[in-house]
Amino acid sequence: MTVIDTSQPPSEPARRVADFRPSLLLGEHSLCPGCGEPVALRVLLEVLQELDIVQRTIGVVGHGCYGSFVRIMDVDVLQCLHGRAPACATGIKRVRPDCAVFTMQGDGDMANEGLQEVLHAAARGEKITCVLLNNGVFGDTGGQLTAATVLGQRTKTSLEGRDAETHGYPIPVADLVAGLRGAAYVARGAVSTAGGVAQTKRMLRRAFETQLAGAGFSLVEILTMCPTGWFVPAPEGPGYLGDSMEQAYPLGELTTWRH
Amino acid sequence: MTLELLEGSEAIAASAIAAGCRFFAGYPMSPFTGLLENMSRQLPLAGGVCLNAESEIEGVNMTLGAAAAGARAATGSCGQGIALMQEAIAEAALNETPFVVFNMARNQQDYFQATRGGGWGDYRTITLAPKDVPEAVEHVQLAFHLADKHRAPVIFYGDPLLAQTRIGVSVRPLDFGPLPPKDWALDGTGGGTGGSRQVWTWAMGKATDPGPGPDRHWRAIAEKFAAIDAIESRSEQAHVEDAETLVVAFGSAAKFVEYVVEELRADGHRIGWFRPVTLWPFPGEALAAATADVRRVLVFELNAGQMLDDVRIHAADRSAVRFIGGVSIAESGLAYGELMDAPVIRDRIRTALSEGGRS
Repeated sequence: MTVIDTSQPPSEPARRVADFRPSLLLGEHSLCPGCGEPVALRVLLEVLQELDIVQRTIGVVGHGCYGSFVRIMDVDVLQCLHGRAPACATGIKRVRPDCAVFTMQGDGDMANEGLQEVLHAAARGEKITCVLLNNGVFGDTGGQLTAATVLGQRTKTSLEGRDAETHGYPIPVADLVAGLRGAAYVARGAVSTAGGVAQTKRMLRRAFETQLAGAGFSLVEILTMCPTGWFVPAPEGPGYLGDSMEQAYPLGELTTWRH
Repeated sequence: MTLELLEGSEAIAASAIAAGCRFFAGYPMSPFTGLLENMSRQLPLAGGVCLNAESEIEGVNMTLGAAAAGARAATGSCGQGIALMQEAIAEAALNETPFVVFNMARNQQDYFQATRGGGWGDYRTITLAPKDVPEAVEHVQLAFHLADKHRAPVIFYGDPLLAQTRIGVSVRPLDFGPLPPKDWALDGTGGGTGGSRQVWTWAMGKATDPGPGPDRHWRAIAEKFAAIDAIESRSEQAHVEDAETLVVAFGSAAKFVEYVVEELRADGHRIGWFRPVTLWPFPGEALAAATADVRRVLVFELNAGQMLDDVRIHAADRSAVRFIGGVSIAESGLAYGELMDAPVIRDRIRTALSEGGRS
């Protein structure tokens, strides 16, 4: 445990997170104000850098707003078909077992289009890390219902709010994956608070450590704000996430692999 | 040259491995199943990986991933399963990921699927259609070569006869010439250098190094396929010099047609045969030349008339073209029906000969 010496003044002035950016970020993101996805990208890139695996990492990016991150992340990337990232990542990992391979997918990509892929990759114990950016709506197409949309959420295709009678119940992807034996590390974080961001970063780190140790499949579901898709003002996004999605999707580690 | 007695699927698997294939993913479906089983037995012995995928969609996407990482990779199925793979085949054509798709088809009804495709966008798929197992062994390795040469998916169009015939063959690595380095392949080493690599259908590039974007990239892809069309078509023909009648057929059916044509020539008929070896690019110029002086062009294929379209497009005189094939499926649904039989084919050709032709 690090003990901080408080008897002397700090040697350099305090820095805010916004004052610097990871060198793996090649430019500004182009997503909406208040979006949570760029925060998730940042902590993901910080983890790659801290684990010193940048030059043996391959990312597989699905289809959603985060697809534009391909342009600003200095990582080797396959931009794949909607929903198919875990299958593509499987092929990559099997022929390059020394690489760290991750997917970046939204809830539309993973819970709707590609639920089969992520479940089978987890069941196989595929040594990859899947990152689910879950904002509960199709953000890229302007706020429609996904399989992960929480009950009561109004979207452009559930105008009166999601009701179970018409639209069924939301699919908790992390919980499904955690029930499979091949999954070695499964966790759910959120980037709606400073503490949540720090916790999410720790989860991502453990997920990659699990992969590098060859222990099995890892998944981190990250709840992200989508004020545009939720039709709330940007500053209200984090609070809205806490009141809605976080109630349906509790944060924490669901499966942990011990060294 | 030593010959080994191998079943087609076994020989095709051995040839793929001899070509350097190190990743294979597929979903069982007869008569493709034999190839999947053979790959699953032989590939690990060569240090490769064979996965029984959860569906054809995942099988082809796993293969796309392995190929994007620089490995020689392949997948396969029959027509119905290949239908599920169409989105990924189109994607691979547009993001330039080279791999081989084995369509161990149940019949010849997948000609349109192979040559026209069902994915989106302006793309084509090089399609090889061997007539027998020895040629299939060669085509397997040619398929991997052409895929790498052009950075594009290649379809190997097989059938039940190629999958299940046991015959003496020699499987050894074949050299089709030098290939460009795979410096585009993802290996992770680009990360953090400012020059990380992308495999991306939309080719947008990085914020610091913009790519061509979809408009320029897709135009370049279209030009690439036009160039492939101009140089990669292959065909075989015989007795064209004195033929009044030319029979056009592909794959196993062409092997039957060759046999029947030789019989008819022994009876004094002035008849020849023409076989597209690549279904795409279709050997249109060769067919135009071969049909310049014939009275009849007979098309024999085991479907309702699919290659017929290409023959009509390219024949010197389309009014000379007659269709003598047809749909013919075994009771099981898994193989050819009674039309794939030399006496039946001979009767159909004889009937066509008696009906005259263009003067």
